[in-house]
Amino acid sequence: MRVGLFIPCYIDQFFPEVGIATLQLLEKQGCEVVFPEKQTCCGQPMANTGMEQEGKKIYADLAELFSDCKYIVGPSPSCVNHIREHYDIIEQTEAIRHLRKNAYDLVEFLVDVLKIDHLDASFPYKVGLHRSCHGLRGMHLSKPSELMCDIPLKWEKVLGLVEGVELAKLNRSDECCGFGGTFAVAEEAVSVKMGKDRLADHLANGVEVLTSGDMSCLMHLQGIAGRQKSGPRIVHLANILNGDKL
Amino acid sequence: MSTHSEKAAAFIKDEARTNWHDGALWHVREKRDAAASLLPEWELLRNTASHIKDNVLANLDDYLIQFEAEAKKNGVVVHWAKDGKEHNQIVGQILQRSNAKKVVKSKSMLTEECKLNDFLEENDIEIIDTDLGERIIQMRKEEPSHVVLPAIHIKKEEVGELFHKELGTEEGNSDPTYLTKAARTHLRQRFFEADAAITGVNFGIAETGGVVVCTNEGNADMGCHSAAVQIHSMGIEKLLPKAEHLGVFTRLLARSATGQPTTIYTSHFQKPQKGKEMHIVIVDNGRSEQLGKEDFRNSLKCIRCGACMNTCPIYRRSGGHSYHATIPGPIGAILSPNRDLKKYSDLPFASTLCGSCSDVCPVKIDIHEQLYKWRQEIYKHHELPKSKSIPLRITGKIFENPSIFNSVGKIARSSLKHLPRFMVYNNLNGWGKQRELPEVPEYSFKEWYKKQKDE
Repeated sequence: MRVGLFIPCYIDQFFPEVGIATLQLLEKQGCEVVFPEKQTCCGQPMANTGMEQEGKKIYADLAELFSDCKYIVGPSPSCVNHIREHYDIIEQTEAIRHLRKNAYDLVEFLVDVLKIDHLDASFPYKVGLHRSCHGLRGMHLSKPSELMCDIPLKWEKVLGLVEGVELAKLNRSDECCGFGGTFAVAEEAVSVKMGKDRLADHLANGVEVLTSGDMSCLMHLQGIAGRQKSGPRIVHLANILNGDKL
Repeated sequence: MSTHSEKAAAFIKDEARTNWHDGALWHVREKRDAAASLLPEWELLRNTASHIKDNVLANLDDYLIQFEAEAKKNGVVVHWAKDGKEHNQIVGQILQRSNAKKVVKSKSMLTEECKLNDFLEENDIEIIDTDLGERIIQMRKEEPSHVVLPAIHIKKEEVGELFHKELGTEEGNSDPTYLTKAARTHLRQRFFEADAAITGVNFGIAETGGVVVCTNEGNADMGCHSAAVQIHSMGIEKLLPKAEHLGVFTRLLARSATGQPTTIYTSHFQKPQKGKEMHIVIVDNGRSEQLGKEDFRNSLKCIRCGACMNTCPIYRRSGGHSYHATIPGPIGAILSPNRDLKKYSDLPFASTLCGSCSDVCPVKIDIHEQLYKWRQEIYKHHELPKSKSIPLRITGKIFENPSIFNSVGKIARSSLKHLPRFMVYNNLNGWGKQRELPEVPEYSFKEWYKKQKDE
């Protein structure tokens, strides 16, 4: 199965270990992984600021790069959700349609396409799951607390396959962390307050390691924890699922 | 005028108060969850409500004409107002004709939107808001900070002080029961003296020409039953086709608003009492313009339950007044730019697009998607500040070119690693005011991948 690896811009630059874990994990699952080296970004930073028109070339280029991959998989529900939902503003070429239809978040791909039922990984910690908004409410990788219907819990399922993980119960199970892309800077005060509150919930519930499918949320929380000089360890889901050790 | 971001920062400075505000609203959100979870048909109700409103918005002209005809048959005087100014003039004329000098009002965000109180006071007519929260903010000469809980930003101790000053209650007494009783005594007198009563409208029924007002204190009834003239101010979008549709909405409204199974009073007004007058003022005030915008039409489904405010993590931490608009919170942030794009161009950005507002909305308004769409409109209309558009245009150009992206990334990482701290953490770096930047890795993923491949 030919899988195109999509590594978002900020993971490429600041969190290569997340990309490496994603690649290794997919290979362990028997995927033939290709990484088109000319990729840069999904264009979300511009689009969320209102400048989606400026991202059209980025959208088209990204689609071309992945046109010969059966699936496109990236460790970021936020970016994948953007590709699916917001790449409707340019001409729907075959490449664009192919990308929008076959782009998957890593966890979604493991659960829905590969249908994994075991993982060779152990992580003996009390883990707090940050259920990031675009994955939660955009892609339904878990059940938003507002909705009164059954939705499969994909994040929780994959974490359940890792030996030794004790999933913490949080007071507010799916509150936004306050990152929000350029929101983090434009609305700095609210953004930081939201992040502080998010961290406090995890700490109050004895979380040793805070994880999420979205590194951007984790980068924000890590930034606040770093400044406060207190907080749980922060690790992307891909690293836990890949069996990486702390 | 300062922006949402500046007002929010000022609000958050008092962190204990912010926590209290956040907690109070989260408590309401939890009550809503508990109430909604008891109905197995909750999502079906939301779907049904959304579809009924689709029908209303698609045929609004017909339903409005039908509503007017039925109301007239019932002996109601129907008025049409294209904007807030016309609405106020119409209300003023009704009051003048009946020589009304004292007016009581209950539950109307529309009259807030039209600034009716200011208008009437300028014309020497006394208008008293009779619902407790509304009365509190009226005494404080403030605007509501929430559509259902207008005084949610005010602590009971502050109400105690206010009532001591305004109503002569005991100094230092902030017992809610005591204060409520004092307010009731004060308002009871106003009801007796009132010449006219004004209410908002939750639902107008096209089939019957009647209006429905949902309240918890019963003040709409008190006013309408005691005064000689009753006036109901209704936005054009408030219609439902038939009385049988009402149950869908009343079941959703109270649960979404406060977690109650129903509001204490669901009052139906259909015809004037013997010898008295009943008026309905139907107000557009920008609504038909919104109706014409396909991307934003859905916002007119709003039933003003306030659930999006209670759930919004930004609203909870910035307070309703930070939105500097009559309707605050996520729904206000998509309604306000329609009224004045320039003045409210900051509001669609007061969100992380987390989507909780859309999932909580009882009529399934795609609020966070509309926020996203307003952002695009704001850029198109050149209302995006250059401090945002210029850096992002440059970023876009960098992303368009992979080799430039790689070199810029490398330079940025190397600078972050080697620059002295004050060069990185200063006023130019909004991220770094209260957060650390990520630690810089030895290599990018691409560099690692290339090395692996070459080996």
